[in-house]
Amino acid sequence: MSAKFERFISTRVKKDVEEEEKPRIAIYWCASCGGCEIAFLEIAERILDLAEKIEIVFCPCIMDIKYHDVWDMPDDYIDITLFNGAIRNDEHLEMAYLLRDKSKILVAYGSCAAKGCIPALANFNSKKEIFDYVYKESPSTVNPEGITPQPIVEVPEGELELPAFWDCVKTLDQIVQVDYYVPGCPPAQKTTNELVDVILSGKLPKHGSYIGSATKSVCDDCPRERKEKKIKKIKRPHLSEIDPEVCLLDQGFLCCGPATRGGCGAQCPSVNMPCIGCYGPLDGIEDQGAKMLGVIASVLDYEDEEDIKKAMEDIVDPAGYLYKFSMSKSLLFKNRHEKFKADKERLRV
Amino acid sequence: MKKISIDPITRLEGHGKIDIFLNDEGEVENAYFQIPELRGFEVFSQGRPIEDMPTITSRICGVCPEAHLMASSKAGDAAYGVEIPRTAKMLREVMYSAFFVGDHTTHFYVLGAPDFIVGPEAPKTERNILGVVAKVGKEIGGKVIKTRRLMHEVMGIMGGKTIHPCSSIPGGMSKGINEEERARLLEIADYYIEFGLFSLDIFDKIVLQNPEYLELILGDVYFHKTHSMGTVDENNKVNFYDGKIRIVDTNGDEIHKYDPKNYLDYIAERVVKWSYLKFPYIKSIGWKGLVDGQDSGIYKATPLSRLNAADGMATPLAQEAYEKFYATLGGKPVHYTLSTHWARLIELLYSAERMKELLEDDEITSDNYRVIPTGMPGEGIGSVEAPRGTLTHHYTCDEKGRILKANLIVGTTNNYGAMSLSIKKAAQNLIKKGSKLTEGTLNMIEMAFRAYDPCLSCATHTIPGQMPITVRLRSKDGEVLDEMSR
Repeated sequence: MSAKFERFISTRVKKDVEEEEKPRIAIYWCASCGGCEIAFLEIAERILDLAEKIEIVFCPCIMDIKYHDVWDMPDDYIDITLFNGAIRNDEHLEMAYLLRDKSKILVAYGSCAAKGCIPALANFNSKKEIFDYVYKESPSTVNPEGITPQPIVEVPEGELELPAFWDCVKTLDQIVQVDYYVPGCPPAQKTTNELVDVILSGKLPKHGSYIGSATKSVCDDCPRERKEKKIKKIKRPHLSEIDPEVCLLDQGFLCCGPATRGGCGAQCPSVNMPCIGCYGPLDGIEDQGAKMLGVIASVLDYEDEEDIKKAMEDIVDPAGYLYKFSMSKSLLFKNRHEKFKADKERLRV
Repeated sequence: MKKISIDPITRLEGHGKIDIFLNDEGEVENAYFQIPELRGFEVFSQGRPIEDMPTITSRICGVCPEAHLMASSKAGDAAYGVEIPRTAKMLREVMYSAFFVGDHTTHFYVLGAPDFIVGPEAPKTERNILGVVAKVGKEIGGKVIKTRRLMHEVMGIMGGKTIHPCSSIPGGMSKGINEEERARLLEIADYYIEFGLFSLDIFDKIVLQNPEYLELILGDVYFHKTHSMGTVDENNKVNFYDGKIRIVDTNGDEIHKYDPKNYLDYIAERVVKWSYLKFPYIKSIGWKGLVDGQDSGIYKATPLSRLNAADGMATPLAQEAYEKFYATLGGKPVHYTLSTHWARLIELLYSAERMKELLEDDEITSDNYRVIPTGMPGEGIGSVEAPRGTLTHHYTCDEKGRILKANLIVGTTNNYGAMSLSIKKAAQNLIKKGSKLTEGTLNMIEMAFRAYDPCLSCATHTIPGQMPITVRLRSKDGEVLDEMSR
C-alpha cells in the first residue's frame, strides 16, 4: 500500500465526520475511445444525485479545465481519479504521473487502463510500421514529400509540438501505482453503479482490488443451457447457425466466458455473440489468453495431440483472439516491457 | 511572432490543441488545430479476422461505436459479396436511427446549447447545461437524460452491450426482434419524435426569435465557404445508413455522386508534419493547402453539409423543418457554420421518424435477419453517415477472412480542414490589434469548432459552473507576455 494511500485512509474518516466536504473527482482519458465517459453516464438519472454530492474538478471531455490548472493543484487535491485509456505517448505518460501525484486514489477505469484493451493490439506492430502505413502506404494517403508527423515542427510562424508516439502500449499500472480497478470495455451500468456506491459511501474495498465485478466467470450470469462441453470443431459466428438457447462454447464458438471475470450480465451472449473477454481474467489468473487456451484444449473432443492441433488451426488469429483485451498484460511482450522500463526512467525526470 | 496555446481544447471527443500565432501588429497570422493522438487501428487490424472488425473498430469511438459497427459489418458483407436480407438492413437502420437521436441530443443540449440558449457571452457560471435548464425549464434535463437512457435501452435489446453493441455481423444481424420488443421500440420512437419536435421548438423560440442570435449565425465570424458532402438515397434525400455519396460545390451544384465503394477515386488525404491527423480533400480539385472557397478541395461532412448535399428529407416532419431552414437562411446552400446546430436537430427529428417508419414494417420481426456467407472473402468497402461525417471502412482479406489491409476515413477527419479554417476565421475576426483578450472572445473561438460536434456527450449537465480556461500569450522563446483566465 502506498504512503499516499495510507494517508488517505487515515484522513478520510475524519473528513466525512467533521467537514462533510464533497469528494473531488477527476475523469481523464488517454489512449481510449471515450466509451468509458459514456459508461459513466449510464448511471442515468442517478447522475443528478451524484452531482449534488461530488465535485468534478477535471474532465476535458465535458469541462474547460486545462492541463496547467491540474499542475497548479496541490498534491492529493483530487480524492478519486477515474483514469481510462492506455498509455502510448509522452502526453499520456505525463498525465499519468501528474494525476497520480494529484490524486489520493487512482482508479484504472475500464479495460484500456487496466489491461491495454483494443489499443494494445498495436503491440503487434512497431511505431515505424504504424507510421509507414498510416502516413505513406494507405490507399487514400497522398504524401509526395514522404513526411511523417514530428514531435517538434517549424512552421513559418513559429514552432509546433506534438507528443512523441511510443513503440508500445502500456497499462496505467505499468507506469504508476494504481489503487483500484474497474473492468470492462466499457464497464457495464451495473459495474459503474457499484463504483458510485463506493464513492458515495466512502467504504473502500481491499486495496488493489477490482470494483463492480464478480469473482465468478461470465458463465455464471449466462442463462444458456450447458452440457458437459465437448466439441469437435471450432466455429465462427458469422459462418454458422447459432442456437439461441445452448451454451455458445458447447456449440463450438470461441466464447471467452469461462476465462473472463463476470459482472457484465453476459450481454454479448444475449444477442447470440460469444463473450469477447472484455472484463479481463478472473482473480488470480495472470494471463487471460493462456487460461482461455487451456479451456479450449479441454473441450476439444479428441484424444490424439495431432487431432487437437488440427482442430486448433481453425482459430484463425490465436494471438488477437486470446489477448484482444489484455495484450499489454500478456507474457508475449516481456522483452518489450523490459526495454520500456529503461525508457520510462529516462522520461520520468 | 506571439503564440497563444489552448491545450487541451475541451468539450470535445478526443484530444485536441489550438495554437494561434499573432504578428507584430497583434493580428492573427495563422491558427493551427493539432490532433496530438494516433492509435493506429488500420495497422493493428492486419491479421484480425473480419468478423472481429466490428468489435475492434467500434473502439475507435465509444461515443459513436454504432457508426463503426455499421460501416464495419457492411464492409464485411461486401467482402463476402453477400446481399443481406431486407429485415437485417431494417434492424440495423432502426438501431442506427436510435443512436443518431441519442448522439445528436447530447451534442445539442450539452455542448451546443449553452452557447446558444444561454448566450455566447453570458456569465461563464451560467453557460452550461444547468444554465440551459434554468432558461428553458427544469423538465428539460430529465428529458435529455431519458432520451439517452432510452438509446441505451435500444442498444441493449438489439445489440447486447449498451455501449459497443455487437449484433451486426458480416451477413446481417446475430439476433432479430420479437413482437414484444418491437412494441417497446415503437414506444421509444414515438417519444423520440415528440422530443425532436420539442427540440426544434426550443431552437425556434430561443435562438431564431432572438435577433441577436440570428445576427450571430448570419454574421461573418462563422461564415466561410467549402464544398458539402453527404449520403443520399435513390431520391437524393438524406440517409444515414446507405446510399450514394453526393458532393455539391460552394454554389450548391453537384460535382460528384458516387458509390461509396469507389471512394478512392474521389477522396484523398494529405499528410502534414504538425498533426497526427491527415487532411482529406476532393481529389478532382486537388490539395490547395488550408484555404476555403470554390477552388479548394476542402469539404465539410456535417449535418449542415448533408442537408446541403441532399434535395430534402425522406420523412414528412423533417422535410417541413428542412424547408423552413432554407427559407429562413436565404436558400441553398447554407455556409453559416453555427447553423449546423439547427441542421443537427432536423436530422434528429428525421432519425426518430425513420425509426418509427421502419418498425411499422411487419417484416421487421421476421426471422430472416441474416445470410451465412459461403463464398471466399475478398475486398469490401462499407460506408455510413456517422453523426460527424461520412465514415468509410475498407478491408482486403486473405482466404480465411483475415485482414491484409485496412483503410479508414472517419467522420470527424473529413472536417479537419474545414474546422481548421473555421477556427482561423473566428480567431482573425475576434482577436483584434490592441484589444485585450476577453473571456467571451475565447468562448467564441471555441464555438467555431464546437458547431462541428467534436462530440462528447457526457454529463456536462451534472457539472455545476463553468471551469476556467487560461490562455497565455507567449513570445517565441516562451516568455508569457499576457495571460487571461476565465
